[in-house]
Amino acid sequence: MPLVKSGQIVEDRYVRALDDAPIPDGAPVIVQAARFLADAAELVARDAPIGVLWPNDRRVAELAPWLDELALVALHFPKFKDGRAYSQARLLREHYGYRGELRATGDVLRDQFQFLLRAGFDSFEVRKPADALVFAAAAARYSVFYQPSADGRPPALRRRLQHGGSPAVRTREAV
Amino acid sequence: MTSPLDQKIKITGPVVVTANRVGDGAVVYRRADGGWSTRLPEAAVTSNVATAREFIAAAVADDLRAVGPYIAPVKLTADGGVQPGNLRELIRLGGPTIDLPVTF
Amino acid sequence: MYLYDDLDRTLVAERVADFRDQVGRRLSGELTEDEFKPLRLMNGVYLQLHAYMLRISIPYGTLSSAQLRKLAHVARTYDRGYGHFTTRTNIQFHWIKLEQLPNAMADLASVGMHGMQTSGNNVRNVTTDQWAGVAPDEIEDPRIYAEVIRQHVTLHPEFSFMPRKFKIAVGSAAHDRAALRIHDLALRLHRNGAGELGFEVMVGGGLGRTPFLAKTIKPFLLKRDVLSYVEAVLRTYNQFGRRDNIWKARIKILVHDLGAEAFAKEVETEWRTIKDGPLALDNAVFAEIAGRFRYPDYVPLDDAPRALAEARRADRAFDVWFGNSVTNHKVPGYCIVTLSLKPEGGTPGDATAEQMDAIADLADRYSFGEIRVGHEQNLTLPHVAQRDLPALWRKLADIGVATPNVNLISDIISCPGLDYCSLANARSIPIAQQIASRFRDRNLARELGRLHINISGCINACGHHHVGHIGILGVEKNGEEFYQITLGGKADEDAKLGTLIGPAVPFAQVADVVEDIAAAYVELRERPDELFIDTVQRTGVEPFKERVYATR
Repeated sequence: MPLVKSGQIVEDRYVRALDDAPIPDGAPVIVQAARFLADAAELVARDAPIGVLWPNDRRVAELAPWLDELALVALHFPKFKDGRAYSQARLLREHYGYRGELRATGDVLRDQFQFLLRAGFDSFEVRKPADALVFAAAAARYSVFYQPSADGRPPALRRRLQHGGSPAVRTREAV
Repeated sequence: MTSPLDQKIKITGPVVVTANRVGDGAVVYRRADGGWSTRLPEAAVTSNVATAREFIAAAVADDLRAVGPYIAPVKLTADGGVQPGNLRELIRLGGPTIDLPVTF
Repeated sequence: MYLYDDLDRTLVAERVADFRDQVGRRLSGELTEDEFKPLRLMNGVYLQLHAYMLRISIPYGTLSSAQLRKLAHVARTYDRGYGHFTTRTNIQFHWIKLEQLPNAMADLASVGMHGMQTSGNNVRNVTTDQWAGVAPDEIEDPRIYAEVIRQHVTLHPEFSFMPRKFKIAVGSAAHDRAALRIHDLALRLHRNGAGELGFEVMVGGGLGRTPFLAKTIKPFLLKRDVLSYVEAVLRTYNQFGRRDNIWKARIKILVHDLGAEAFAKEVETEWRTIKDGPLALDNAVFAEIAGRFRYPDYVPLDDAPRALAEARRADRAFDVWFGNSVTNHKVPGYCIVTLSLKPEGGTPGDATAEQMDAIADLADRYSFGEIRVGHEQNLTLPHVAQRDLPALWRKLADIGVATPNVNLISDIISCPGLDYCSLANARSIPIAQQIASRFRDRNLARELGRLHINISGCINACGHHHVGHIGILGVEKNGEEFYQITLGGKADEDAKLGTLIGPAVPFAQVADVVEDIAAAYVELRERPDELFIDTVQRTGVEPFKERVYATR
């Protein structure tokens, strides 16, 4: 499963220590939510980056006290049709101001790259290698967006207002 | 939705495997040679659960040519003909039961 | 009309390119059907019994003549020469080929049309009153707000994979013509005690297997907050709506399970964190959107001109049609004309390519190039000069869209049913045709007055049977088609769900049952002008039930 960051396929430097697997010394590691919350103070005090694998049915508010120390939050898409992690991503970025790596895991496919980027994800465990190869093109399919989101791009409405608003079509009839 | 392979196959009479053709959506029936036909009489008919299971497994694997395969009942006529087994299948084969809007 | 600019056009064109790529990958086998299905659904492409079906979005039911002509072109070029207008004010084509879909989409894109979000678990076409902008009883044109929301939810990165579909309606008139209470989210523009304009917010309405009327969770929301509040509702639903059971995934179940108050509290908490962010709207935004709506250059005309009165006296058929299909306009000398797509023997909501072309021409000549689609599956010419009515009527009659049955018993709302739909359990259209034929006597139909029949071919309720004055639901019993009858439903400002009157009746008896119900009404009503729905409300369903089942 290739990992894509900044539009490039890169090597994953994180080790996953799932369940009770031992945590290797000095290596970046990802642990599951329950384990992280149980030992958070200890885990963030390690001298290597720490990441958490967060399920899509648990409120991200629980992570809020630790977001400054977390190097990575991995959110999960059990099926690409299950879009709960999009809301979690936006909450982390826009409400809690999380600036670390936000990784999409699970059923991550090319037709969702742009949505994921716009929701604030910046790394992607892509399910199909062929999709990872076309990441850049797939992520640039659209150039116009109607809504503001975590990626900071101005929506169409604001772009229009910056360019002087609607053409003088005709003012509305007084109602 | 449960995959057709996981569904319990209940058969009370002769059945065929039917689906829609990927390119144009046309109603098609699975032939014994593994191909698909728009003509019901060319369909492979079985009344045997194991055979029906084989048919549907092969049809599901043929995702590139046919979409949404399932097992549908048919009626066999005295002269060996095959007819749709219920109203839904009758409509799929013969089209809507109402007059279509007149054009041109 | 809302005028698309380069940004809107670019997005639609990018969508066509995106979909062309996806179709290519499906046809080459790179995508399995499981992977492709949600992608095609996001573009309004279903697989029905006979073929693929393409559903095209008609935002808030407003069409230009150029768009209607393009729909005629698509019907003729890629389909079988007709289209079907739906209760969501969209149009669908039932015989589309997947291989040709990208080209059909590209043709539609040339007039700013597309199938985006006419299916899938996203926000569907935002609907409103089909008389928006011209109705005398409205506060403001609700389409401005519908358009603000339409833009915001189009290809929304967070809300494209929600638990289930999500339908929004906006109303702003005293009389609810947008069926607000049967929507997942509805906004009703009104003035508060201080004279400010704002919205009443209702959530959790919907029909289907578990029908609910929407509950008010915020009596007054300032206009500036409309997007942030919608966002908060969608975010709450996206995170907490059920995903384990498709029948319990709509927001109505979440609202019901949590309770409207607890749901409102959850939304309110989220909303407070975002209300003053980038989604807060100012007057510049509303002015920008409003500025893109083109309104006709009405000319000063006499109201109720003498020529019209003379034409009505001279021709009884014209007078009947006028009394039935013509409605008051907010501008003197103009009127709103409803075109019935319910001719006897026809399919409710169907129009041929020839009819669409002809209606587009008539819209250019008589209605400033504008056409509306209503959830009742009829079309409207919204800006007709009253003096033009006699000439217009003749032309409408020539193309078969002047049946004077609007709001009468044969103006039946119907889903496509088992004749087309892969979800249906029973046919709807033949039932509609039988009933229309039974009441072909126009005097009889007029005698019965306003009476809405809604037919659905399955529990998904696309024909809105729960809110029909007479609701008819097709079910299957041992391989036979049966129909459950409900009475007393309505979708207006006093919305109610209908009451089941008894056991389902077989296909062949439905028209008889409707006839019995009509006869019972004529006997039960207190005055000739007591409407059917009012009689049912006054008496309850019992006397109707007795009449229907006495001999069955």
